[in-house]
Amino acid sequence: MVEGRAYRGRLVLAHAALIGFIALVMVPLFMVVSISFRQGNFATGSILPSPETFSLEHWRMVLGLPVLQADGTWETPSVPVLRWFWNSVKISATSAFLILLLSSTCAYAFARMRFRGRDRLLGGLLILQMFPMVLAIIAIYSILEAIGRWAPALGLDTHPGLILAYLGGIATHIWMIKGYFDSLPVSLEESAKIDGATPWQTFRLIMLPTSLPIFAIVFILAFIGLIGEYPLASVVLQQTDRWTLAVGANSFLYEQNYLWGDFAATAVLSGLPITILFLACQRLLISGLTAGGVKE
Amino acid sequence: MIARTCHRILWAILLVGLFLLAARMALGRAPALGAALAAAGLGAAWIYLSPRTHASRYLLPGLAAFAVFVLMPLLYTVYIAFTNFSSEHLLSQDRVRAWFAQDFYTADPARYPFRLHPVAGTNTYQVCIVLEENATGTKVLNSRPFTPEEAATGNPITLALNTVRPQAPPLGMRQIIDARPWLNRARFTMPGSPIPLRLVSLRDLGFRLALWTPDGDKLVNAVTGQVLVPDPQRGNYVDEQTRAPVGPGWRVWTGTDNFRLIFADPAIRGPFLQIFGWNVAFAFLSVAITFGIGVLLASLLQWRALRGRALYRTLLILPYAIPAFIPILVFRGLFNEGYGEINLLLTQLFGIAPKWFTNPWLARTMILIVNTWLGYPYMMIISSGMLQAVPDELYEATAIDGAGPWTNFAKVTLPQIFPPLFPLLIASFAFNFNNFSLIYLLTGGKPDITGSATVAGTTDLLVSYTFRMAFKDSAARFGFASAVATLLFIVVAILAWQQLRLSRPAPAVKGGR
Repeated sequence: MVEGRAYRGRLVLAHAALIGFIALVMVPLFMVVSISFRQGNFATGSILPSPETFSLEHWRMVLGLPVLQADGTWETPSVPVLRWFWNSVKISATSAFLILLLSSTCAYAFARMRFRGRDRLLGGLLILQMFPMVLAIIAIYSILEAIGRWAPALGLDTHPGLILAYLGGIATHIWMIKGYFDSLPVSLEESAKIDGATPWQTFRLIMLPTSLPIFAIVFILAFIGLIGEYPLASVVLQQTDRWTLAVGANSFLYEQNYLWGDFAATAVLSGLPITILFLACQRLLISGLTAGGVKE
Repeated sequence: MIARTCHRILWAILLVGLFLLAARMALGRAPALGAALAAAGLGAAWIYLSPRTHASRYLLPGLAAFAVFVLMPLLYTVYIAFTNFSSEHLLSQDRVRAWFAQDFYTADPARYPFRLHPVAGTNTYQVCIVLEENATGTKVLNSRPFTPEEAATGNPITLALNTVRPQAPPLGMRQIIDARPWLNRARFTMPGSPIPLRLVSLRDLGFRLALWTPDGDKLVNAVTGQVLVPDPQRGNYVDEQTRAPVGPGWRVWTGTDNFRLIFADPAIRGPFLQIFGWNVAFAFLSVAITFGIGVLLASLLQWRALRGRALYRTLLILPYAIPAFIPILVFRGLFNEGYGEINLLLTQLFGIAPKWFTNPWLARTMILIVNTWLGYPYMMIISSGMLQAVPDELYEATAIDGAGPWTNFAKVTLPQIFPPLFPLLIASFAFNFNNFSLIYLLTGGKPDITGSATVAGTTDLLVSYTFRMAFKDSAARFGFASAVATLLFIVVAILAWQQLRLSRPAPAVKGGR
């Protein structure tokens, strides 16, 4: 190839464009970090953080440490941010694990067993899943209420109840895992069958270990999807200390009670671990996201 | 084998749970429900035990969760789309009758402080009303001892004049409160009074009568003589003459009324069509903009001569890695008109402070900016997956023809990757068509449309419009909101079906953001 002047110019241009774009994208992230370290809840003239306005008050609030009040007293914050974070992690991880269990067993049946109406059932699941959960909230609310009448631990305003309601969202995951199972050679399982393995043994001893990557992808995608779920959690969970982070974070930004700095610290605290988790699994996740399109 | 044991334990929990719940219902107030659940449990047990049902054994747990939390809510929503369910039509007809039965009027303002004396050693009580107590003597009205069950039947218990009070000390306020469920139903007759006494406060008995007396299925007002008749079409009691509704209504089947309302009432049709238009435009623009940016970035990152591609890629993916609700709320703060950092910056640099939340067009622009920020990484990821599949020979061929990068992009890259990505773009369109969180957390649908009959915002999508109508409006028009939801589902289902048809055998895994 000819490495002319124009070519190098283009290269420099590409770098400049990328850096410029990234800088633009990073602005809100940078701002939110700086706001979390800024005194008070309102911008006071300067956007960049300065030593005069530096303060750890929002971080102390978020971590549940006593905060210096305007009247000079120290007060332990009443907003349980760490609790919300733990609730979010607990609910999302449990749901993601159960979703994985349910969808992988279903996907195995769809990929490896022959039964009447298989393709139609699979397509039907995916289309029905498109019904926006937000609109079915009235119904889900009534169902949880009915369940709670007989099994209070699974009813409204409980974490198991919310987890139960999340378990319906398995169709896309079934598709994804089935796609992966389809790409695995059948010969391994057949030889296991000849050796006298039951279908469950085949599933547990052969399919499971070879499918660990797709399981990791589905688990993380389900986890990330659920940790940001707002509408259903906001309707099901009522007591403040049972809220998830998505519900709690929204409560900081009411017009009457605008806790911008506290929100910023909460956002950084909660966004960071999930972002790191995602970036750590980047390669895996991207392969999962593109698999649907690339494979023939 | 551990594996087999695990499998069996899972099923055992499922079955034992089902049967325990069924037993609880059967022993409680819902034997029919218990029986149905027990039948479901037996069916599940059969599926687990029968050798003919291998596939179902794997499908059942997942499909059961899907049926309960996706299918049932969907069918229920479609069902209430055909009813008048709302805050004014919340109850069943029986409950509405009960509501009218709880409406009393005071027939005689006289009130009598009473005491409730337990009878020692038995589960019976005596009511005592002290009429006079002074030096000349005591005049009281006493009842005979009665059990709570007897009193709860509402059969009047006679009070008789006496000169001595019951011996046992009377119950305290706390115990009276505990006794209220049955005490409320108790009636007492005073000598010479045709109207029975009943509890009117925690301390007093008084003369109160039910305002509405049932007459067949009619209700007659004891004071004014007004006659109410049930109107099964409207789900209300209505005045016999004027047909005006009175009191709370109940849920009735209203057929396609809700659907017709969407198109018939101009104060609803106007905002509905406006929201629909914005909804389509929003979803289309979101996909177009994010795809454009995503594919450009992906092509740039494809360029092998570019150094530091891995770092660029990681930084560019960052917006996708953060749970969406966080950046949406961050943007809501940054764009705040009064004290947001963006307006602060714009004021300092250009002396302007756009009204991002009060001007509809600025609000829509802001939404598209935020959604671009959120959505381009997904497009970048899926396009770079596709770009790797474009054969290098194609570029070599155009290089011989002396094509520049732009020609390469337009003539080779795009035609190569667009068709296989098309199903994913439809999925992304469907996702954005119902992008509830973005709208609800960013603008809440505001600014509102003026002159609308229901809550409706200029930035509302149909999905947030229905949510607000059902949950954030005092009228809580569940029926009407469900009708809109049903229409919405039809649109999305068609999109999903098309996507499925186009992308066989491998469907999109996620709608993107």
